Amino acid sequence: MAVDDTTTRTDATAQRVLGSPALRREGRAKVTGTARYAAEHTPPHCAYGWPVAAAVPRGSVTGIDDGEALALPGALAVLTHDNAPRLGEPDDPTLRLLQSPRVPHRGWYVALAVGETLETAREMARALRVSYAEEPHDSLVSADHPELYHPEQANGGYPGDRETGDFDAEYAAAAHRFDLTYTLSPLHNHPMEPHAATAVWEGGHLIAYDSSQGATLVGQTLAALFGLDPKQVTVVSEHVGGGFGSKGTPRAQVVLAAMGARHTGRAVKVVLPRRELCSVVGHRAPTIQRLRLGARDDGTLAALGHEAITHTSTVDEFVEQSAVPSRVMYGADGIRTGHQVVALDVPTPSWMRAPGDASGMLALECAMDEVATELGIDPVELRLRNIPEREPDSGKPFSSHHLADCLREGARRFGWERRDPRPATRRDGHLLLGTGVAASTYPVLVAPSTASVQALGDGSDPSYHVRVNATDIGTGARTVLAQIAAEELGVPLDAVRIDVGSSDLPTAPLAGGSSGTASWGWAVHKACRELRESGGSIVTVDTTSDVQSLEEYARHAFGAVFAEVAVDTVTGEVRTRRLLGVFAAGRILNARTARSQFIGGMTMGLGMALTEHSSLDPALGGFVEKDLAGYHVPAHADVPDIDAHWIEEHDPHLNPVGGKGIGEIGIVGTPAAIANAVHHATGRRYRELPLTPDRVGVLLVE
Amino acid sequence: MRPFTFERATTPEEAVSAYAAQPHARFLAGGTNLVDLMKLGVETPEHLIDVSKLPLNEIEPTPDGGLRVGANVRNSDLAAHPSVCRGYPALSQALLSGASGQLRNQATTGGNLLQRTRCPYFQDLTAPCNKREPGSGCSAVRGVNRDMAVLGHSEHCVATHPSDMAVALAAYDAEVEVLGPEGVRTVPVAAFHRLPGDTPQRDTVLRPGELISHLTLPPVPAGARAAYRKARDRASYAFALASAAVVVALDGAGTVRHATLAFGGLAHRPWRARTAEEALIGSRAEPQSFARAVDAELEAARPLSDNAFKVPLARSVAVHLLTTLTARADDTPNSAAGI
Amino acid sequence: MIPQRTATSSTVTLHVNDTAHTVTVDHRTTLLDVLREQLDLTGSKKGCDHGQCGACTVLLEGRRANSCLLLAVAHDGAHLTTVEGLGDEERPHPLQQAFHERDAFQCGYCTPGQIVSGVGMLCEAAEGHPSHATPGSVLQRATGAPAELDRDEIRERMSGNICRCGAYPHIVEALEDVTEQTLRRTDGAARRTEGVSA
Repeated sequence: MAVDDTTTRTDATAQRVLGSPALRREGRAKVTGTARYAAEHTPPHCAYGWPVAAAVPRGSVTGIDDGEALALPGALAVLTHDNAPRLGEPDDPTLRLLQSPRVPHRGWYVALAVGETLETAREMARALRVSYAEEPHDSLVSADHPELYHPEQANGGYPGDRETGDFDAEYAAAAHRFDLTYTLSPLHNHPMEPHAATAVWEGGHLIAYDSSQGATLVGQTLAALFGLDPKQVTVVSEHVGGGFGSKGTPRAQVVLAAMGARHTGRAVKVVLPRRELCSVVGHRAPTIQRLRLGARDDGTLAALGHEAITHTSTVDEFVEQSAVPSRVMYGADGIRTGHQVVALDVPTPSWMRAPGDASGMLALECAMDEVATELGIDPVELRLRNIPEREPDSGKPFSSHHLADCLREGARRFGWERRDPRPATRRDGHLLLGTGVAASTYPVLVAPSTASVQALGDGSDPSYHVRVNATDIGTGARTVLAQIAAEELGVPLDAVRIDVGSSDLPTAPLAGGSSGTASWGWAVHKACRELRESGGSIVTVDTTSDVQSLEEYARHAFGAVFAEVAVDTVTGEVRTRRLLGVFAAGRILNARTARSQFIGGMTMGLGMALTEHSSLDPALGGFVEKDLAGYHVPAHADVPDIDAHWIEEHDPHLNPVGGKGIGEIGIVGTPAAIANAVHHATGRRYRELPLTPDRVGVLLVE
Repeated sequence: MRPFTFERATTPEEAVSAYAAQPHARFLAGGTNLVDLMKLGVETPEHLIDVSKLPLNEIEPTPDGGLRVGANVRNSDLAAHPSVCRGYPALSQALLSGASGQLRNQATTGGNLLQRTRCPYFQDLTAPCNKREPGSGCSAVRGVNRDMAVLGHSEHCVATHPSDMAVALAAYDAEVEVLGPEGVRTVPVAAFHRLPGDTPQRDTVLRPGELISHLTLPPVPAGARAAYRKARDRASYAFALASAAVVVALDGAGTVRHATLAFGGLAHRPWRARTAEEALIGSRAEPQSFARAVDAELEAARPLSDNAFKVPLARSVAVHLLTTLTARADDTPNSAAGI
Repeated sequence: MIPQRTATSSTVTLHVNDTAHTVTVDHRTTLLDVLREQLDLTGSKKGCDHGQCGACTVLLEGRRANSCLLLAVAHDGAHLTTVEGLGDEERPHPLQQAFHERDAFQCGYCTPGQIVSGVGMLCEAAEGHPSHATPGSVLQRATGAPAELDRDEIRERMSGNICRCGAYPHIVEALEDVTEQTLRRTDGAARRTEGVSA
């Protein structure tokens, strides 16, 4: 087993372009402040839009008095459902903006104020008088909510409910039964760049600078909404300040900016206020997950039941697929996985980093820890004993499976063998210390893409121009795609020029589902190979047929996360002391940026475990923790040194580039590892996250 | 934000007269809270009087051995001042546990005292809030109230005061010097903020147009030791769930001869724990008597639906501080500064 | 006597990265919005607009501050340093270079604020400012000597800059790379701007 470590690597692969820790191509621009994000393009005569959010939890707009707003100096227009441009029917109903007086939830946009300046637009929005007919509403999911139903599908197209074997019989007959419920609050993506767009119409052509994870999809959506040919739309997402799923689908800012621009005949810039993001850009839906594990004396599972309850909105059905990882992780004779959802008067949930897996693995991996503790089996060993031969749900062979290597290598690096399994035995002054482990998984996804490559210069000093509408949301996509091209073309990295981030480039799927590099990289690889083999000067390729002809394998990345925590017995504050992850995610294409992605995912998992909490107000509807003072994204002081390592995994059944995707697996497993460490520290089980002092409580141990 | 007019005052007296001429004015100092609230539409002044350049930047010893602090001294400078670090360490600790480096560089001493509650309903113009809009109702009392008050609240308002600094000042018996149209007056910090009662729109006893000019810290009793400890949701850059400042001195026989205790995060004002202090003075310095004294104070707590945890949390922090500070006379209380 | 004021805008001069800009500003306009919308200096980012993220951090008279909470009208004559003033792509500041080499960012949106904050933080430490992470015994000695920046100190002092990509561990490494040299070079308040113009 080879383990990558960029600080000590001396082997031959260091000489190769692909896999090398190349610096980010846009790095200099980002550290010196010259990289421009969506709101940093200001066309001549640009006006500013400020959205107006519904102030009731459900109902309809009965009147809008814009007299005071339009009388303000510099006021240009107020767009409402009465006067806004009519839109074509969108695939995503959350984009039916300003088309009807209906208010499906608090925070839904009911108007857009447009003014000469930002200050004017903001004051116009405040001065707008909107009256509503309010209706009774319901915003709280519960395990006994009368309107819960079983959805046909959960997010990702997974069947809502699945059963293999006879779960009830196996569970009833199991030597050891565990019936455990884990509760997670809603969570918010909160990328540092709020959703922003600048739109301008030039004749019949719409140009939009948008903060998105995929400009191709945004362009196609705008074309459909405004009745345009896709060629009449250009969407630029050159630099994007994070998304974590919330920019994976087109969002309100770009539709509002385009409407405002069409209505006023001016360029219009719209930046969604931070406080409003929670209402309009999706969130990780709250879950109540019941785990029923039936174990034999040796810890192997006879029965595995994972039933997830969650909410969606009345606007669109989105079901967080929390039970799906239990179809992948462990073998059992009877497995039942299912979802129930209720459509409430709440903002529409959507993708947040590793949807389904981050939330579902919290429950499964905490439950496994409870089994290990109860049966007196080491938690690493328990997982090793339960690794299946084939994917339990589908029966398909795994394309590659190195969870065991991750667990063993992580245990070695973490010093797991020195761990005293007894809980609440390690003290450091008034702190209780503990360690925990959890496994990670994330599916390997890939989508068709196109790309082009052109040979430049003469034969003595060849250089190449790669064009693909990939999006670099912070992953280092430019850099790694250039590495793929350089490797395939057999040229130094700096001989490859690459353009990404515009819908005028060859079309490509979005940066999401940890699939970007695999999808775009496949197309870049194919284009470069065809160029090399043909000896031509320019090649454009499409990988649709390649992707469709993939063999039948279960493809997943796996990992193991180890955590050490200190719990303050005086306050119940939990702080992470160490965090270590080992991942098996196929070929690692850039050691430097990959490490950053793993660490970043683990950091977000730390937040999920310890700091991030959101709630819906039962009386008012809508989220309460709206801003970054109330919704606690981890700060520097929360985050210790984090070690991320990987197994060199050679999987021939993926794609020509060989990567499985690394953007999401880091978050998966981390919350459970930390929660399990808190149990080890305190001897108490906490089944509701995050582990803030109100939940952990004072733990004076005299 | 409404359009507003602006002027810069050059003397405190000029600032006070300017306010008298402009009924819908606000004083602007560091602006870290006022500008925030103006953007939200919670504060809607028609006129701003910039007092940030007033010559109120000194930290000076007083004749009796205390300190006098100008209202414009920045939080970071106050926390780093040698006289504060040595003589009033709990004040340094409180300041350093609040906000961020950037905000402490900008926020002033006077402004810190006058910062308004971080209650999310107060900040949300679409939610009823008696503090923001008297008579509209309190969304928090039966809403999401984990962060709200457990002491001294009313049916009309359950907000807490967010300042860390003010909690330490209350424990140090600091006084606020105020300049108003009728001249100068002095108010103890512990009496500066109000309880909400049925007029939660008034945070403090400050009268319209009065300007904080200074703070005075009296000398600390000889041999006294002090610390501030804050419990919060993340390790930094978060408001207190509960906090405590303690100043305590023992006599040679191990009996408490001086004790002041103030809580943060529990009430509409820094909560000076007079009942606990009375019980502490003259008692033996041991955890059991500390716990009894703090319990006597917290008997008055009336938790809401989500915040009962604050009572044992505050108790634990206060008893821990008292225990740590009195444990060994020659030991500096750095463990009290937290993990 | 105080003249009645009716204007809701004023003309101010701002010295940004050693260049004077005289601009007319709506009184409601923050320094951040002047930089981004009027001066086309978009390196300073708007993450929250309420002092809750640090992406807008600039040096105001050499000290780090959230420019989203500073009204331009109240800062006539002020001297600001933004990320653009620290260095450029050809000659980056040592901390900009260290961020790049350490991969101390991903999306890059918080990065200018982190870097400017880091420069300001190193100056504060050089001047002996304590932090919440400073042990009580060191705090109470108050020697004024430069603060020793171990990792806990760096993390606490940088906690006003939120990074959602989770680049914190690499940011700490980048700051460590330049801490030594900056502390050696900067010997107190008199050289406050040393780290700024390096």
